[in-house]
Amino acid sequence: MREVAIIGVGMTRFGELWNQSLRDIFVEAALKAIDDAGVDHIDSMYVGSMSPGLYVGQEHIGSMLADYLGVAPIPSSRVESACASGSVALRQAIFEVASGYSDIVLAGGVEKMNDGQDTSYILATAADQEYEAYFGVTFPGLYAMIARAHMHRYGTTSEQLAAVAVKNHANGYLNPDAQFQMKITKETVLNSTMVADPLHLFDCSPVTDGGAAAIVVPLEMAGKFKGHPVKILATAQSSDTIALHSRSDLSTVPAIGIAAEKAYKMAGLTPDKIDLAEVHDCFTIAEICATEELGFVEKGKGGEAAESGMTALDGKIPINSSGGLKSKGHPVGATGIAQIAEIVHQLRGEAGDRQVKNARIGLTQNMGGSGGSCTIHILEAM
Amino acid sequence: MKSIIPRYTREIPQRARLEAAKCTKCGHIEFPPRLVCSKCGNREFEPVTLQKTGTLLTYTIIYTPSENFSMQAPYALGIVELDDGVRLTTQIVDAAFDELEIGKRVEIVFRRVQEEGHAGILEYGYKAVLLN
Repeated sequence: MREVAIIGVGMTRFGELWNQSLRDIFVEAALKAIDDAGVDHIDSMYVGSMSPGLYVGQEHIGSMLADYLGVAPIPSSRVESACASGSVALRQAIFEVASGYSDIVLAGGVEKMNDGQDTSYILATAADQEYEAYFGVTFPGLYAMIARAHMHRYGTTSEQLAAVAVKNHANGYLNPDAQFQMKITKETVLNSTMVADPLHLFDCSPVTDGGAAAIVVPLEMAGKFKGHPVKILATAQSSDTIALHSRSDLSTVPAIGIAAEKAYKMAGLTPDKIDLAEVHDCFTIAEICATEELGFVEKGKGGEAAESGMTALDGKIPINSSGGLKSKGHPVGATGIAQIAEIVHQLRGEAGDRQVKNARIGLTQNMGGSGGSCTIHILEAM
Repeated sequence: MKSIIPRYTREIPQRARLEAAKCTKCGHIEFPPRLVCSKCGNREFEPVTLQKTGTLLTYTIIYTPSENFSMQAPYALGIVELDDGVRLTTQIVDAAFDELEIGKRVEIVFRRVQEEGHAGILEYGYKAVLLN
């Protein structure tokens, strides 16, 4: 197996992109990644997208996107693992390059969520359709039940949940690609509409259109291209029960810990060696669970970590320097690759006002559903 | 999502009668029934009916539902562990929201869950009520 590097990344502005279609969004992101890498062709591509069929009535987007990117007849496939689709697409690109089957592979992600469909319904298809969604479950509802169990068990407070949103908006304020480039206060969160008790509107990531892409090549070839490489140290993925109610511990997301253990082992690292992380804060409680499951703090201390500033841009372990899903936006299929784009920018030292000092090793954590799938990548500066 | 009659019919044993499958090797109860035991990998089961009483493990109040539940919001939804160890996601009805508490005892009842527009299928299933 060959070692693998990322030599280019690109993403669209995240937001309500009313004038851009699914294909426009993807092609813009892909061209940015191709130009950033300085490659004159790609050998194949994988695109993560959760539900183009329900959002815009389009399946078979592997073909459509290769066509509109102008790279057909190369192989092109869509990959799906709900909100983890993007990072699962990256894994396929890594495997294809590591195996020697191809040299230059594009991993992308895209979602067009603002074309008038019932997004609460579509997102709930990532839950158990027959035994959760049928009874009226929504995604905020699932994470609200995790939040209530976490509060009951560890004493986590609504103020601590709010601290996650405040921090991520402070970071997103510095990110020109973020959907919401605005600072908020704890009161903004606590006074916002209740969506699924105890989660307020500002505990939830938004509905977003956006795309992101990355170019993967063998490490030994990385020097040949214009794009400054970042080495991939680990790729790991885990599965868990699709229904939240089937998990023995309702106060966390066990799939994160399982993937993390595999990723740390593959990289030969311990959590204290990670300089920064992009985690899947689809809801504030999800970042708290991730902070714990990734081993940055012990179980039950994730809320405190956000409140104390430990996970702020200048803290011991900066989390979601991009603004996270909360402020940067969460076009579900694109999120996993957008996290990779942020870590690549940080490790190259090109993150501008939100640059984390001495960033050498970064981690991304992306998950599907209420934690039925989870993917973790660890990257190192070169 | 639109239900067709065969799907609706197929789901009746679990929705209406709480029919489950008990592993003949390790005794674990699967709801809904599965072909492979999630605990021991055994492939043989005997039919059982779930117990109707249990305990509330966690809950939420849904204020922003999907469109097919919009007429019901706000509503309480929780995860219940029945006395035979099986867990369900279900609405908790006939209770004021401030009566809900982790650890409270509940009973499963048969209720209308959702309906498809004005002329579509009425869909039934289980919900939970608080036991005093």
